[in-house]
Amino acid sequence: MGDDVKSKLGKTAQRFSRRSVLKTTAAGAAAVAAGPALFNIARAADHNIRIGFPVPLTGPYGSEAQEQARCAQIAVDQFNAAGGLNGRMAELLVRDDKLKPGEAATRTLELIEKDKVHYVCGSLSASVQLSVNAVTKARGIIYVSISQSDAINEAKDFSKYTFHEAMNPHMTAGAVGRYAFPQFGKRVAFLIADYAYGHEMVRGFKRAGEAHGIEVVAEVTHPLASKDFSTFLPQIMAARPDVLCLCNFGYDQMNSLKQATGFGMKQQMQILAPALLYNQRRAGGAAAYEGVIGGANYHWTLESSVPSAKAFNDAYRAENDGAPPSDYGAYGYAGVGALLDGVKKAGTTDTDAVITALEALKYDKYKGTQYYRKCDHQSVQSVFIVKSKSESEMANEYDVFDIVHTDPASEDILRSCAELGHEA
Amino acid sequence: MIGGYPIELLALQLFTGLALGSVFVLLAVGLSLIFGLLTVVNFAHGAFYMLGAYAGVFFIGYLGNFWLTLAVVPLAVGAVGLVVERWLVRPLYGRGIDYPLMLTFGLAYVLVEVVRILFGAEGMPFDAPDSLMGAVDIGVGYFPAYRLFVIAATAVLVLALWLFLEKTSYGLVIRAGARDGEIVRVLGIDISRVWLVVFALGTGVAGLAGVLSAPMRSVFPDMGTTVLVEAFVVTVVGGMGSLAGAVVAGLLVGVVVSMTSLFAPAMAEVSMFALMALVLLVRPQGLFGKKGLMG
Repeated sequence: MGDDVKSKLGKTAQRFSRRSVLKTTAAGAAAVAAGPALFNIARAADHNIRIGFPVPLTGPYGSEAQEQARCAQIAVDQFNAAGGLNGRMAELLVRDDKLKPGEAATRTLELIEKDKVHYVCGSLSASVQLSVNAVTKARGIIYVSISQSDAINEAKDFSKYTFHEAMNPHMTAGAVGRYAFPQFGKRVAFLIADYAYGHEMVRGFKRAGEAHGIEVVAEVTHPLASKDFSTFLPQIMAARPDVLCLCNFGYDQMNSLKQATGFGMKQQMQILAPALLYNQRRAGGAAAYEGVIGGANYHWTLESSVPSAKAFNDAYRAENDGAPPSDYGAYGYAGVGALLDGVKKAGTTDTDAVITALEALKYDKYKGTQYYRKCDHQSVQSVFIVKSKSESEMANEYDVFDIVHTDPASEDILRSCAELGHEA
Repeated sequence: MIGGYPIELLALQLFTGLALGSVFVLLAVGLSLIFGLLTVVNFAHGAFYMLGAYAGVFFIGYLGNFWLTLAVVPLAVGAVGLVVERWLVRPLYGRGIDYPLMLTFGLAYVLVEVVRILFGAEGMPFDAPDSLMGAVDIGVGYFPAYRLFVIAATAVLVLALWLFLEKTSYGLVIRAGARDGEIVRVLGIDISRVWLVVFALGTGVAGLAGVLSAPMRSVFPDMGTTVLVEAFVVTVVGGMGSLAGAVVAGLLVGVVVSMTSLFAPAMAEVSMFALMALVLLVRPQGLFGKKGLMG
């Protein structure tokens, strides 16, 4: 019986081996026939300039992230249409970081090790970008971050490979405060989401307020991702502030605004939000946001005075049924666009050469001239103060903000290099 | 002045807590109903709540009238509940409490994903009707008119449910079915139809809660996840399956959250869980719960 089994096994093994030999031979023949063509494709792909783009495609900021990827692709397409780097084409590799620092680090590592990207650009959260930065810093890969953070400018997280295209809470909160405090009054209340970004915004407001002698009358901290803000609002109303600064983001901002509007707080005080987002406003509705003043890196109506804004809007509209791009989408365009400008200027993909080129670059992708400050690679750029329109003031569904003031691009609105711990 | 705060603020804070509590009652009633009468722990409760809000967005765009929308949404969500009970939950009766629990847990993910595919992840605007915009002076301070309306709507809803369950003959059949389905069946009543109605009623109430909350809490696909937690805390504190328990516990949780928001804002979220732990230590079956219902 044992022999029987053995012989059966033997037969099977033989049959399989014969089949696999045939297969291998056929495949080999095909490979030889297609050899030169395959080789060419492989070489062309290898020749491309690859940019890794980890953003949270799924999860609460999914549509914003997809918009960032669309805008970044426009920058890549424009670079390629203009002939690339002496014929070398650029390629965008979009990955989902799921808004989680760990996931982002894994995806970034994969992009570097497996996909052999030359550069990384992306992320949509302060903590996620720090985690991506830790990976790229260790591997000596250039990283252009496109979401808000103060920490990334500081010496302990910085490396020569780190670039920050987005604005930071210090500059946005500061710009909004400088605009609003002299106009609306000195009694200031804060509603703060209890995490790093929330407290960074408060610090920005307070710094700007020092010059105007503001008096903090209430400082209420709420847990991150609260649903009901009604219980935090009476104490703010009782403090009778002239100005309420909402130092929160996303759905926290939307819900606290909706509920503050319900409490009639807008009749008693001016509400400020350091980062007033286009898509968030559109999801929240005109009534909740009406009259709120905040900071923005971009609003598409800028096209009436800035030619690069017009060009960017038109490129985006052509691919998106006439809808204009969002502010955070524009970060994706500018981050990748500036990076590719740097590559072109350097004339090579060599990391150190591109860093030198980026440090010397003056670029105008969508909002006027910008440049990366030497010490911390923060993009020096103008901050727009926008006011949310009422339903009746809107010319169309996209017309949600009025640009009421522009803080021009200047290093004065940033923390100094010395304060951040960089050597002069 | 008490604890450094003026009396008016404390009074307003207390009132805010009661108002928040009535929102909690609204969120918990549907869950409590289905558990109390069917012994089904409906983990898709939050998803039905979210479905209600999205149905609200859809119908208000279609009908253009908030009041009509309020009437249509519970019917629409209840209809989804009918389908879910008939084809998904019914085959699992008599198989132990964890079967329908796992089913509804998975169903919640499916519903959220479907809404995300159809309406996007970003969220939809939904405002209170103009007649309920703005704040009203309630003596101790200003309070949103819409929240006052929600308190009234919740009171009417709870009263109507109580009258239906306690004072109508159909309510009698439902209660008898919950006590002993076999006897009711022997008496010649189609018990599976009764359960169908109860499940649809519970999901319809969840949908109503969703559309009523939409102007306060925003409409987005994941809006139901936190609600499920809040609703469970209220039902556990009140006692699983007790309507009166849900009302008392909802108001109690609201006041506790509100007062912690004033004295220790960072603790606001934890406070409801601390309360739940305390109640479970002293009365494991909850304030109004019957002993041993889960066993």
